[in-house]
Amino acid sequence: MRVVIAEDLFLLRDGLTRLLEAHGLEVTAAVDNGTDLLAVLTAGPPDVAVVDVRLPPTFTDEGLRAALAARRAVPGLPVLVLSQYVEQLYARELLACGDGGIGYLLKDRVFDSAQFVDAVRRVAAGGTAMDPEVIARLLARNSGDGAISGLSPREREVLALMAEGRSNAAIAQRLFVTERAVAKHTASIFLKLGLQPSDDDNRRVLAVLAFLGR
Amino acid sequence: MSDTAMIPDSQAQRGTPGAMKWGIGGGIIAGSRGLTLAGLMLAGLFLLLVPLMAVFLAAVGAGVVIVGNGAPRDHRIVLGLALLAAGLFVVRFLVPAALLASRRLANLTRRLAGEWSGVEIAVPYQPPPSSSSAKLPFRSRLLWLVSDPATWRDLLWMTVNATAGWAIALLPAVLAGIGLIEFIYPATQPNMGARLGNSRAALLAIGIAFVLAGAASAQWLLRAYFGLARSMLAPTGQAELALRVHHLAQTRSETLDSGAAEIRRIERDLHDGAQARLVAMGMTLGAAEELIDSNPAAARALLAEAREASARALAELRALVRGVHPPVLADRGLADAVRALALDSGLNVDVTAGLPGRPQAPVESAAYFAVSELLANVSKHANARQTWIDVRHERGMLRVDVTDDGHGGADPGRGSGLHGIERRLAAFDGILALNSPPGGPTVATMEIPCALSSPKTSSY
Repeated sequence: MRVVIAEDLFLLRDGLTRLLEAHGLEVTAAVDNGTDLLAVLTAGPPDVAVVDVRLPPTFTDEGLRAALAARRAVPGLPVLVLSQYVEQLYARELLACGDGGIGYLLKDRVFDSAQFVDAVRRVAAGGTAMDPEVIARLLARNSGDGAISGLSPREREVLALMAEGRSNAAIAQRLFVTERAVAKHTASIFLKLGLQPSDDDNRRVLAVLAFLGR
Repeated sequence: MSDTAMIPDSQAQRGTPGAMKWGIGGGIIAGSRGLTLAGLMLAGLFLLLVPLMAVFLAAVGAGVVIVGNGAPRDHRIVLGLALLAAGLFVVRFLVPAALLASRRLANLTRRLAGEWSGVEIAVPYQPPPSSSSAKLPFRSRLLWLVSDPATWRDLLWMTVNATAGWAIALLPAVLAGIGLIEFIYPATQPNMGARLGNSRAALLAIGIAFVLAGAASAQWLLRAYFGLARSMLAPTGQAELALRVHHLAQTRSETLDSGAAEIRRIERDLHDGAQARLVAMGMTLGAAEELIDSNPAAARALLAEAREASARALAELRALVRGVHPPVLADRGLADAVRALALDSGLNVDVTAGLPGRPQAPVESAAYFAVSELLANVSKHANARQTWIDVRHERGMLRVDVTDDGHGGADPGRGSGLHGIERRLAAFDGILALNSPPGGPTVATMEIPCALSSPKTSSY
C-alpha cells in the first residue's frame, strides 16, 4: 500500500515514515508543505495520504485545504488528516463530499501504532476514521434534533463507534454484545436515517454525516 | 434575520424622537415643552441662589465685622461672626447638595435636548476621584465639584437660562397667549363690539396671526434654546480630552490587570498540568530503563504508563491553547471560528457573516471570546429554540449580533460574564449593548472600531 505523508516537523515526519514502513506500508513521498503535497497527490495518486492540518508557509489550515483541493482533483482520494486539535467544522468540511475515504484524528492517536495503522488502512479502503474527541463533543450536544433524535441511546452508541470507523465486529467487542445484535442496530439506524440498502460502506459514511449534523 | 431588529436600544431611542413633528400639533407640543423648560429654569435659579447666598452671607458678615458703623463694637463682631457661621453652614451642608442637584438638572436638560430636538449634548463631568461620590469625605467632594470646569459652566448656563434662555423658551407661548387674548378680550367686553366695529375682524386676524406665529416658531425656538444650552452644557475640547484620558487610563489598567491574571493562570495550569506530567513521564521512563533487562514485563507496563501520561499532557496543553488563542481562530479567522463555536455549543445556531478581510488579531480574539461567553449565556439561561449570530464590518466597525428567541429578561447588571465582555471590549473602545425585554427576544450587539486587513489569498 502506497502512502504520502505531509508533515512539517522533521521528527514527526521521520517517525511517521518509520512507523508506517514498520507495518509494511510503502511511503512513496514525505513532503513538508501544502504546495508540494498538492503536486505529489495530483501527479500520481497514492492509496492514502496522511496530512498534517498546519503546514508552511501560512501555518494555518494549509494541509486541510491542500487535501480538499486534491480530493476535488482526484475524487475519492483517501485522506487521513492529523491535527493537534480537532474541530467539528473541519470534520464536516472533510466529509462534505459524502464519498468516504476520510480520516480525521488527533496526533496523539499515533502513540498507539497498531490502532493508528489500522485507521490508515480503513481510510485507504474507503471507510472513515473520526477521532473519538469529535464524537465525544457531538454526544455532548444535549439538544438532539433532526433524524438523530429518533435513535435510541444504544443506537447512538453504535453510531458513534461507527463514526470512529469501527467494524461491526469491533463494535460488538466494545459493547459486549454479539455481532448479530450490532447488525440489527445498524440496520435500524440506516432505516431511521432513511438510507437505502446499497453499498454498506457508503451507507456507513452517510450515517456518520447525518450524525455530524450536516 | 432582519437588520432593523438588530439596532441596539440606545440607538433606537436616539433615532426616532429627534425627528420633528410639523404642523400646528407639533407647534403646540413644542410650545408646551418650552413652558416646561421655563419651569426647569426656575428650579435652576433656586439652586443658583444657594452658592450666591453663601457668598452673600460671608461677605456681609465680614463687612459688618470690619466696617460696620453705629452699633457697638461687640455687637458688630457677634453679628458678623454669626453671619459668617451661617455662610459656612450653607457651604458645608447646602452647596455640595445644590451643585449635585444642578448637575441632575443640567443632565435632564441634556437628555431632553436629545429627545425633543435631536440636539446631542454629551455629559462633561469628571468622574469622582473614588468609586462613589456619596461616600467621599466632604472636602474632597467639594474639591471634586469645584475644580471641575463643567460645574462652573453649569452655573453659567443657569444664569444665561434665567435671562436669554428663558425668553427664547417662553416666546412661543407668549405669542400664542397674546393671540388668544385678542379673541377673549373683546368677547368679555360686550360694549366694545359696537365701538370697534370693523376693526373687530382686524383684531381677530391679528390674534390668529399671533397664534400661528407662536406655533410656527415653537420648533425653531426650541432648537435654538437647546443650541444655546449646548454651547455651555457640552464638554469643552479640553474636558473631552480629560474624559478620554481618564477612560484610556482606566481601560489600560483593567487590560493590564486581566492580562497579568491570565498569564498567572496559564503559568499555574502549565505548572500543575503538562509540566508535572512530563516530570512523571521522565521518572517512569527512567524506571523502565533500569528494569528493561531484569524484568521486561514490568518495563513494558511502565512504558505504556509513560505513553498514557504523554497523551494526557497533550490533552491538557490542547485545552490550554484553546483558552489562550483558539487554533481555529488563528487558522480561519473570526467567521469560521464563530461557526466552530456554534457547532460546539449544542444550540441551534444560524451564523451569517460578511467580513471581506480580517480584523487585527487582538480584536478578533476579543470578539471571539465575547461570542463564546454570550453563547454560554444563551445555553445556560435563555432556554432558546433558535439563535442567530451575525458578524459584519460596516462603517469602520466590527459588528456582531447575537440574537435568541428565549425568554429574555437578561440583566446586564447581574453576572460577571457580561461585565467581563464589556471590559474586554473596552480595551478596544468597543461596546456591548444588550436588549432583553421579559419574554424575549434577547439581542446582544457588540461594536468594535477596527480596520480590516486585505483578505488572505489562497493558492488552492
